[in-house]
Amino acid sequence: MYDRKKLAGVAANRKRWQDGELATTIRKSPPRLERFSTVSDEEIGLLYTPDPLSNLDYEEDLGYPGQYPYTRGVQPTMYRGRLWTMRQFAGFGSAEDTNARFKFLLAQGQTGLSTAFHFPTLMGYDSDSPRARGEVGMCGVAVDSLKDMEILFDGIPLDKVTTSMTINGPAAMVFAMYLAVAEKQGVPFHKVGGTIQNDILKEYIAQHAWIFPPEPSMRIITDILAYCADNVPRWNTISISGYHIREAGSTAVQELAFTIADGIAYVQAGIDAGIPVDKFAPRLSYFFNAHMDFFEEIAKYRAARRMWARIMRERFHAKDDNSWKLRFHTQTAGCTLTAQQPMNNVVRVALQALSGVLGGTQSLHTNSMDETLALPTEQAVTVALRTQQIIAEESGVANTIDPLGGSFFVEQLTNEMEEKAMEYIRKIDEMGGMVAAIKQGYPQREVADAAFHFQRLVDAGKKRIVGLNAYRSQEETPIPLLKIDDRVEKRQVARTKEVRRKRDAKKARACLSALREGSLAPNVNLMPLLVDASRAYVTLGEMCDTLRETLGVYADPAMF
Amino acid sequence: MATAKGKGAVVATPKRAARKIRILVGKPGLDGHDRGAKIIARALRDAGVEVIYTGLHQTPEMIVSAAAQEDVDGIGLSILSGAHNYLFPRIIQLLREKKMDDVVLFGGGIIPDDDIPKLVKKGVDRVFTPGTTIQEIVDYVNERIRPRQ
Repeated sequence: MYDRKKLAGVAANRKRWQDGELATTIRKSPPRLERFSTVSDEEIGLLYTPDPLSNLDYEEDLGYPGQYPYTRGVQPTMYRGRLWTMRQFAGFGSAEDTNARFKFLLAQGQTGLSTAFHFPTLMGYDSDSPRARGEVGMCGVAVDSLKDMEILFDGIPLDKVTTSMTINGPAAMVFAMYLAVAEKQGVPFHKVGGTIQNDILKEYIAQHAWIFPPEPSMRIITDILAYCADNVPRWNTISISGYHIREAGSTAVQELAFTIADGIAYVQAGIDAGIPVDKFAPRLSYFFNAHMDFFEEIAKYRAARRMWARIMRERFHAKDDNSWKLRFHTQTAGCTLTAQQPMNNVVRVALQALSGVLGGTQSLHTNSMDETLALPTEQAVTVALRTQQIIAEESGVANTIDPLGGSFFVEQLTNEMEEKAMEYIRKIDEMGGMVAAIKQGYPQREVADAAFHFQRLVDAGKKRIVGLNAYRSQEETPIPLLKIDDRVEKRQVARTKEVRRKRDAKKARACLSALREGSLAPNVNLMPLLVDASRAYVTLGEMCDTLRETLGVYADPAMF
Repeated sequence: MATAKGKGAVVATPKRAARKIRILVGKPGLDGHDRGAKIIARALRDAGVEVIYTGLHQTPEMIVSAAAQEDVDGIGLSILSGAHNYLFPRIIQLLREKKMDDVVLFGGGIIPDDDIPKLVKKGVDRVFTPGTTIQEIVDYVNERIRPRQ
């Protein structure tokens, strides 16, 4: 990218400056820290110059937006064409409560929906299961059957609004219910657009909302890939997620490496299941964390696009350029928010959101200031959404594409991020791929080590967090918190029992036995059976219990 | 361990090496957030405490039965799901039923300030909120919990 002769001159002059003026200054006034490092504890240099970038080839390594290798962005016009989708993750209490929050957010200018389910749904239990006691509606919305889904999306046209659903263990079942609701609204499957997270590998690594062991889980995922390729072409089948890996305490490099390694495992599984790569790869998308270290995050997103493009073209020989494009959603980092001086979280979220936008995200969730304490109030979520709107409308950063491209610092950081992540990926390949690595506990251990290391740095004051180990206040300003009505559980349990009583019992039984038989036959695609079961108001817990019996369950290896 | 006081008394020394403090670190309920629980388990182990970690998705019954089996001196629970107002009291109830009231119960997670006095009244010895350092928890365990002899 640069004239080599001139770069040699730069390197020589840089050395002179370092030994001369810089050395003198440092002798007089030493730096305020012994070591400068990112939040992932990667060392950062004093100054970045073009000379280490002598091998960077503009056309090959950066190129143009919308063109391979997409380092600068996946669309030719990026935010000049259309802003990113503002998509706030929402869900609490009953389906009625969450439906009202959805409508409120759409009225405030949000452009897509994102559903948070309560823990029993995430783990495949109905609200009346003994495992659900105390948890109903607490961390998300309670969905047990099609009845709840009908209420959740009442008055929301599913051919116009795209919905993202954070669901993994029982992704296929919840997706089947969503399709059944669309059908009831008269929307044909080929017009339904949205995303299910459906990323089971990162559940084993970090988020831990699993049901079945890895192999049968991968089979269900390839069933979804095949089913959507034929029937729901606008659906994003897997949102390959680094978010939770990072929240569990990984470094930026680990987030990037393990997420891409998960992506490799899904693509390989799809190919092994006999689906042509270009038939399903364009509908895979990614989901990254926007953590606190501004430039490290931007480098991570840029490196991710370039890595995925190269992996899809060179490793998997995908021909369709849509298979090469890494499209991603971003959420600001919940784990960076502090319970102390919670209003400061607004500022953290703004900086993190800005890194997502400068990194070229396709959609964004901004956390609310109160989320270390509870689910967000309406007021807090409005400030979070307005933060995105201010970045979009006022800051000017959406005027041009990849404004940090060409920064000596950002380009070097992007290169280093890619190199270090590829080292991890090679190691995981040597272990036999991500499923094998997970079984050996490898990524789990790496993440736990990084989390422990960071906590030690914070406790030792080597990483400073405002309000926590620096600039503490004697008096805290309390903020209002959302409380979940404890009558939600009782009402939800009653509703689910009523659904079971009122439905056609014979039909429900037939659907469950078809599901059981299908699960025992590896060549049967389970999706149509799950859609049938949803239509017959078979509950989520019933579907999952049936499959627990035939496919087995996964238990936490409890390493620490 | 009482120390003899008064004229002519000698300071008692333990006759045998004291048993280590045994703590069960538990994750009750369905939430999968184990970053905190694992950090605490590791830190306590590094500080010389014997740690038994239950792993995720435990019912109150599973936690109490593990505590009985492992003969622990204390139970530390990490709850980030909002179900603390059910899970803590339920575990206390089960401990009482099994006559294990002497096991010290503490915990932390996403627990609003308003709920803490209610939990303490019901028998939770201490609730740690976000921002607590590892050392504060290690110190608490060392000061508050005595190993059974």
